[in-house]
Amino acid sequence: MRAGRAARLSRVQVTVFVPAALRQFAAGERRVYVDVSDQATVDGVFRCLHERHPGVVERALDETWTPRPHVNIFVDGSSIRAGARLGLQTPVRAGTEVWILPAVSGG
Amino acid sequence: MTRDVLLMVGTTKGLFLINGANDISGPFIEGTSVPSVAFDQRHKRMLAGATSFFFGTSIRHSDDLGKTWSESETPNIKFPEGTDTKITQAWQIMPAGAEEPDVVYVGVEPAALFRSHDAGESFELMQGLWDHPHRATWQPGGGGLGLHTILIDPRDATKMLVAISTGGVYLSDDGGQTWRASNKGIRAQFNPEDQRYPEYGQCVHKVARDGGNPDRLFLQNHFGLYRSDDGGGSWADIANGVPSDFGFPVVAHPKNTGTAFIIPLIADVKRWTADAACRVYRTTDAGASWEPMTCGLPQKDAYVTVLRDAFTTDGLDPAGLYFGTRGGEVYASNDDGQNWHTVAEHLPPVLCVRGAPLG
Repeated sequence: MRAGRAARLSRVQVTVFVPAALRQFAAGERRVYVDVSDQATVDGVFRCLHERHPGVVERALDETWTPRPHVNIFVDGSSIRAGARLGLQTPVRAGTEVWILPAVSGG
Repeated sequence: MTRDVLLMVGTTKGLFLINGANDISGPFIEGTSVPSVAFDQRHKRMLAGATSFFFGTSIRHSDDLGKTWSESETPNIKFPEGTDTKITQAWQIMPAGAEEPDVVYVGVEPAALFRSHDAGESFELMQGLWDHPHRATWQPGGGGLGLHTILIDPRDATKMLVAISTGGVYLSDDGGQTWRASNKGIRAQFNPEDQRYPEYGQCVHKVARDGGNPDRLFLQNHFGLYRSDDGGGSWADIANGVPSDFGFPVVAHPKNTGTAFIIPLIADVKRWTADAACRVYRTTDAGASWEPMTCGLPQKDAYVTVLRDAFTTDGLDPAGLYFGTRGGEVYASNDDGQNWHTVAEHLPPVLCVRGAPLG
């Protein structure tokens, strides 16, 4: 039981890749490293990222905390809108890469 | 143009500026659509409602006549938590009067009113209109459910008018805390025959306040052209001698009472100028009659569309008038609409035009 609790409390590092258009809101960084619980999801990654770089998160997600329609979010190579379509509930693990990308569109 | 005015032209691909020598600069705020602009005379500040196709909407401002533009850390206009609503775009920016020097109003889609108390740095939802019981039944017009018109009574800033497509006209006497529908006499062409004059739900396209009589308003409707002489309490049909009562913008002369301008289009499914001729219609008798202004405007094969905020006056005397088209042309008149000349061609589709008097 104690070991299980310890496992739930362990932290993992996730890398968020910021698109060029949003790097001004991430101190110019292309990569931002985020420490989250190993039980975390993309939602948790964004909540953690929001504390440091709210300008990135609030442009990737709208005010209802939903990915904007023309922003893609890939987790370890797969769109969170594809496959199981777990969206922001897609789980992450140690070493996960989260990519924020403008979609193939432009108005 | 020959006057000391900097023209702000919002397009689907950023903002362009045109000076008195017809020099065009821009695009500014690249990568965004700019459906709303304003020049706040109180602060000499340009304001632009900019929507990124990817990253949402912000109200940007420039204090150096467009050379540089603000970019807030996070979008500075957004619906609060609990509304479960997101902004699609900012349709209208309206600085308040001199008595409230830092107040700026913004109308957005979906229809809602926001207010800034810091000259446009940040905005908060005005809950009174948002909580109006009619709101749930407003429907989007062809362009979306936008709050596109905000008028503040120059004699009393607590008296406000907003117009919504499709909700109609709403009035407030308490600075926007409470609102009442005021559409008596305005037609809802798209309703069943026995329901064409409802309390609300009309697709009002634009409202302008008379330059000499603050109680007088002109209204361009989705089929229908109206005047109110009682501050919007009731509306009378003034579509007298126009080729169509459909159109988007209506502009009131900044000084001459009873003088207003429209650009009629054929109909909702034929959104171009009647007879394929680009004509501005002017009334000088409060809508009893209208006359076409054609000099300098294309009169052959001109399938022109002018959107509701793409026609404006600079407020000077004589009135400078300017309009932009979805085809990317911008026309100007320095003599109350009598003569027109081209000041820009080949811009992206024009969404809005406002003049910034520099004198």
